[in-house]
Amino acid sequence: MATTAEGFDAPATDHAHDADHKPSFFVRWFMSTNHKDIGTLYLIFAIFAGIIGGAISGVMRMELAEPGIQYLQWWVEFMGGEPSVNANFHMWNVFITAHGLIMVFFMVMPAMIGGFGNWFVPLMIGAPDMAFPRMNNISFWLTVAGFCSLLFSMFVPGGIGGNGAGVGWTVYAPLSTTGSAGPAVDFAIFSLHLAGAGSILGATNFITTILNMRAPGMTLHKMPLFVWSMLVTAFLLLLALPVLAAAITMLLTDRNFDTAFFNPAGGGDPVLYQHLFWFFGHPEVYIMILPGFGMVSQIVATFSRKPVFGYLGMAYAMVAIGVVGFVVWAHHMYTVGMDVNMKMYFTAATMVIAVPTGVKIFSWIATMWGGSIEFKSPMVWALGFIFLFTVGGVTGVYLANGGIDDVVHDTYFVVAHFHYVLSMGAVFSLFAAFYYWFPKMSGRWHSEFLSHVHFWLFFIGVNIIFFPQHFLGWQGMPRRYPDYTEAYSYWNEISSMGYHVMAFSMLIFFANIGYALVAGRKAEGNYWGEGATTLEWTLSSPPPFHQFETLPVIEDHHDYHDHTPSKA
Amino acid sequence: MTLGRSLKRAYTLLILSLSMGVLALMPSSAAAQDEAATTEVAATETAGDAATDGLYTPLGQDMVKGIPVSAEDDFYGSMNVQPQFSDVGEYANGFHVALIWIMAIISVFVLGLIFWVVVRYNKRANPTPSKTTHNTFIEVVWTLVPVLILIGIALPSISLLAMQYEDPPEDAITVKATGAQWNWQYSLPDYGVEFTSNMLNLKEGPEINPGIRQVGSEAWDGPGQLEVDNRLVLPVGKPLRIQTTAQVVIHSFAVPALWFKLDAVPGRLNERMLTINEPGIYYGQCSELCGVKHGYMPIAIEALPMDKFEDWVRSKGGTVPGDAPAEEAPSDDAADADAAAETEAPTEPAADAAAAE
Repeated sequence: MATTAEGFDAPATDHAHDADHKPSFFVRWFMSTNHKDIGTLYLIFAIFAGIIGGAISGVMRMELAEPGIQYLQWWVEFMGGEPSVNANFHMWNVFITAHGLIMVFFMVMPAMIGGFGNWFVPLMIGAPDMAFPRMNNISFWLTVAGFCSLLFSMFVPGGIGGNGAGVGWTVYAPLSTTGSAGPAVDFAIFSLHLAGAGSILGATNFITTILNMRAPGMTLHKMPLFVWSMLVTAFLLLLALPVLAAAITMLLTDRNFDTAFFNPAGGGDPVLYQHLFWFFGHPEVYIMILPGFGMVSQIVATFSRKPVFGYLGMAYAMVAIGVVGFVVWAHHMYTVGMDVNMKMYFTAATMVIAVPTGVKIFSWIATMWGGSIEFKSPMVWALGFIFLFTVGGVTGVYLANGGIDDVVHDTYFVVAHFHYVLSMGAVFSLFAAFYYWFPKMSGRWHSEFLSHVHFWLFFIGVNIIFFPQHFLGWQGMPRRYPDYTEAYSYWNEISSMGYHVMAFSMLIFFANIGYALVAGRKAEGNYWGEGATTLEWTLSSPPPFHQFETLPVIEDHHDYHDHTPSKA
Repeated sequence: MTLGRSLKRAYTLLILSLSMGVLALMPSSAAAQDEAATTEVAATETAGDAATDGLYTPLGQDMVKGIPVSAEDDFYGSMNVQPQFSDVGEYANGFHVALIWIMAIISVFVLGLIFWVVVRYNKRANPTPSKTTHNTFIEVVWTLVPVLILIGIALPSISLLAMQYEDPPEDAITVKATGAQWNWQYSLPDYGVEFTSNMLNLKEGPEINPGIRQVGSEAWDGPGQLEVDNRLVLPVGKPLRIQTTAQVVIHSFAVPALWFKLDAVPGRLNERMLTINEPGIYYGQCSELCGVKHGYMPIAIEALPMDKFEDWVRSKGGTVPGDAPAEEAPSDDAADADAAAETEAPTEPAADAAAAE
């Protein structure tokens, strides 16, 4: 701690014994080394990025509400361009790219890992902070810089259609190399470099923290499941992101220095890029959902007032999902023209993931079984998560079949599937975690009533948006199309109507935050009562600026999720 | 390399504008000329061959088989895959229906369990929670039962894959689809036919493909976004060796009603066998993001009986094996000379040759 005083002449009190002393505003928020403050910054950033990414999806659903091009020329003008056939369609590709990249790299990941991970991993393992507080800070600001680079890319030339990168979040070569002139794609790629570097640093930080800074007595097998999920996620990040970094660096050199990694004219292969991208991309989808698994486990146990059922199975199911997640990547590229044996292998391997995922779903239900369930807002979101993730999971098993995939690959069926696991899986777990921990983080209560209204409207809204997209995909409507033939209009219209419901529910969410910050009741330390057994509930709400100066000791008999093997 | 590409682009543009000029000036008379030319060829060389009497006319919309249906016309149909017209598609469709049942049963089962715990184990119904955290038997069950279900899914899945990857027989007809930005260029090397297939311009909105006619301007036109100026005509019931590749960026050749989708990757030649079981029209759309007009390069396949298909080949200036060899020579030259797959161009030398005789 004392080292922080060197760089700036701030507080002589920096190495104070008063755990709740906070530095001045600028130093606290812009030079932060406190895991809770950085977590808060990440959450604010994720909400901000989510608003932009969600607004873009609204623009897209508005355009797709009926056949024909209605609004794209308007958006081209809004962004400062000259409407034309190419400019309008390019605008569309810029939207789909920005929506995907923002939601994945700047909303879900910062919220899950940077936000809740930073806040609650140290609290749950009884540590005073993360292992590398300054690295934690640079992780956050690299993410912000990455976001700025992505936004900037929308205002520089990106090909024949005008400004912005219109290559999709997958950035497939050669569309992203020879197919897109102008600096926009370079800036989009650089944005991934920055965000990726931030995530790699964050991952090393989490791994070190979790392996070295657990409170005395907290063995790995006594760690809360949320910490387990963060540990697995951090390893996935550490192993997957360098591959992405390599792949997109090769894109940059192909674009700017005449290399030919992915250019067949120079002996390269566009399919190589897809293999590299999805070697990262598939673990990435587990990176986005595993922390959600952890959160739901905590919440279900808390509100059932019952320890998690099959704790070890739950922990190692996540490890198994992480490991198997590295050997299934090519199911994202079944139609690329691969060998039959390879396709059979990836079909089989992909289906294997359903087993540990099934273990988790059934264990959550078994945790509730025999419990005494209170339907507070986090629990309702967690229940919504369990059901909707199951729906997204079974369509995943459907898609895992290489032969079946031929008809739905790159159609709206795939869009429906991954929004069921992300927009409903990951996002439901984020809202569950938000309502679970918001009073802990802010010290103030949100309105439980508004949280429930938010849940029901959001639940109805997203199902209206995404369920009909299964039908559109089966009927053959391809992804990433700004327009469609008359026959697809009915289900598209329904889908767009759902967006309004969802958007309205988000207004309630923001009203709820506003209410809590302005007029919310003060929250006590353990406001959820006896079901909440992890260490963050032993602290005040909000916790002191520095906590656990005296490390908590986890006793052997401590009824900590009751998962000591000897007690079984 | 860039010079070569721009030269090629200039050449393509030239050819395109030439052919568009022909189209724009006299669409009907051009067709009439073709007809005259073909009949003349037939009269002079293969007199009495009835097959060449009729000129190829695209199939009308009463013959559409593979097309998305609107919810207004067929509510339940609009919620499912398109009816299938290939052996692979029929097998896959059955498997798909079985998978829907499995998905529905699992989802409803989980939903039922959730309802049960909500009703039975809420705070009011069950004030004291149990402390059970382990039950080895049930954990083994919920691991093994999914494994068995997955094995049950994997077996038909693997036979479907094996079916899709059957090698085409020796005499399969080769069809090469090259994805371009933004149209499909088809070639049937066995018949010396090459042509470009562009989406027809939509009735409303700006002209997406300059020079191409508007959808609905011919009696046989299908819906906007799906109909093209030159359909890919293929023989029905005959094994086809579909090959895909692309010029600059990746595209994907997809026909939902034939359960067929194969990426077209620059520098690669992908190959898959396809047999179309019924005559008719089958629409599909490019299924890999390929730039600004990704949504505007549809695929329209017209499956015809062999004799009608051969008529189409002749109308395109190609050669049908078994036709009089005298006819083959000039058209082969024509096909060689005209490397950049063109729509109208091949017919002109044929007409010239006929006129010379």
